[in-house]
Amino acid sequence: MESIIETKDLTISFGGHIAVNQVSVSIPRNLFTSVIGPNGAGKTTFFNLLSGQLNPTVGKVFFKGENITKKSTVERTRLGIGRSFQITNVFPNITVLENVRLAIQSREKVRFQMIRHFTYYKKFTEEALNILNTVLLSKRANALAANLSHGEKRKLEIAMLLALDPELLLLDEPTAGMSLEEVPAILEVIENIKKEGNRTIILIEHKMDMVLGLSDQIIVLYNGELLAQGNPEEIMDNETVQTAYIGGESK
Amino acid sequence: MIKTIQKSTWIYIAVAFMLVLLPFFKDERWFLFLMIQVFTFGIFAMSYDLLLGYTGIVSFGHAMFFGLGAYSIGITLNFLESTFMNLFLGILLALVLGGIVAFFAGILTLRLKSHYYAMLTLALASLFLVLAEKWRSVTRGSDGFTFRIPELPGPLQDHRNLVVYMFCLVSMVLIFFGLRRLTESPLGKILVAIRENEGRVESLGFRIMPYKVIISVVSGVVASFAGVLYAISIRFVGTNVFGIDVTLDALLMTIIGGVGTLVGPIIGAGIIEFAHHYLSDLSDVHWIFERWIILFGIVYILAVIFFPAGIVGTLWHKLAKRKHKKQEMKQKTSDKLAS
Repeated sequence: MESIIETKDLTISFGGHIAVNQVSVSIPRNLFTSVIGPNGAGKTTFFNLLSGQLNPTVGKVFFKGENITKKSTVERTRLGIGRSFQITNVFPNITVLENVRLAIQSREKVRFQMIRHFTYYKKFTEEALNILNTVLLSKRANALAANLSHGEKRKLEIAMLLALDPELLLLDEPTAGMSLEEVPAILEVIENIKKEGNRTIILIEHKMDMVLGLSDQIIVLYNGELLAQGNPEEIMDNETVQTAYIGGESK
Repeated sequence: MIKTIQKSTWIYIAVAFMLVLLPFFKDERWFLFLMIQVFTFGIFAMSYDLLLGYTGIVSFGHAMFFGLGAYSIGITLNFLESTFMNLFLGILLALVLGGIVAFFAGILTLRLKSHYYAMLTLALASLFLVLAEKWRSVTRGSDGFTFRIPELPGPLQDHRNLVVYMFCLVSMVLIFFGLRRLTESPLGKILVAIRENEGRVESLGFRIMPYKVIISVVSGVVASFAGVLYAISIRFVGTNVFGIDVTLDALLMTIIGGVGTLVGPIIGAGIIEFAHHYLSDLSDVHWIFERWIILFGIVYILAVIFFPAGIVGTLWHKLAKRKHKKQEMKQKTSDKLAS
């Protein structure tokens, strides 16, 4: 199957600590891949290497066959890699609506317009409101992002990602910190993107039921190394995985 | 949204109109001069607010643009004939020089973060100060020099101060509306996002550098123009225009008026210029008023502790809160009616 993003011997070390160690994976286009592993396994670092927040010490990243290892975050976003962050990373002192509108502005390449008033772009506002509606945040559209609860900020993260409309979505624990009632709505948003079938999603998640329910493929990281890669059944049956991660944690 | 914008625009236009009429009621020389200083420093503080309030760039060397503007016009009119053509040439020179220096300062903001950049701008401004002091053949060193501004045609010459007042007022109003549009444009929104969270702006697909350079150039050009107006109003240029206290004044005006509000710095300029005037007058009562800057130091500390959003910022917060409460009440009643 054609891959959208591929890594070759991806390695990064901070001082003496190797956070990601020679990870070579291939993520098939338009499928749903989850990355699992215990805390400290290097999942978020792996994401940072894919999205360009970090540069690898060794190894390469290919996006749609192109070597993007040296490309910056900005360039990767423009190529179609969007991500949400595990630690909420929004613009605190502007409104929720403006947060989302900025993402739409970027997607629509309205970058240097300094003469027109922002209200000229009515469509952006309308679309931003629609997206906020999707993630159940429309009631808070005019609140400052700083005043949102943790769960609401997570929703805003997802809204901003949706607004960018990337080909490849990197979701870093999108439901972490959300109340139990809030999770289904976000799950539905993710399921809907998956159903559309024209997006590739890579998800980092600890909730195994969610991972097993959504994933076409699972990647298991352990101590920065690739432990296993396969479909959910294969991963569940994999003894190494069971002892190293799933079994180890449930005991 | 559009409604509120129109409402505030009408208020600003009304205030501007009142300021146009003001000299016809109070035309004493000192008062006109004071108002001209308010307009000049209002423009200068607005340019500082673009950096500090909208983009989150802290500069300690903003006076270099002010000084460049003042010296450009002063030197042009001193060395060339005092004609309107040369006045125009001097202004153009000021704007171009301001823009070029700001361009390079803007590029440096990329390399250096926050306080390192602040220190570097301080050094740059000091460099200009030294240049002004040492290049005596052109700048007359620390003595400074006076220059003539072109004579106005006919009866206008008798009301020269009034003409300068109107010129500064119109400049301030136009610059205010221009900058307000800039800050409310899509680009302005990106600037605020940069202030809020640089890393996130990049992951949305915006490059930071062009924005910092653009705003640095706009701010530098406006500050340089303020320097031009200042020099024209006193018809003298001295090395004090490059001094750190010029930058500190802008910082103080911006913070007292309200960071990131544009109109705040103008109000801040008004408060500081008038306070300066009246407090200095009180020096007969007690010597402390002669050292009015000490009092301002205290006001500054209190403002930062208790009024961090400044006058306009605090007002806006209060209005926003009231609006929010009203909306919530409306929502509640409509929810009740629905159920």
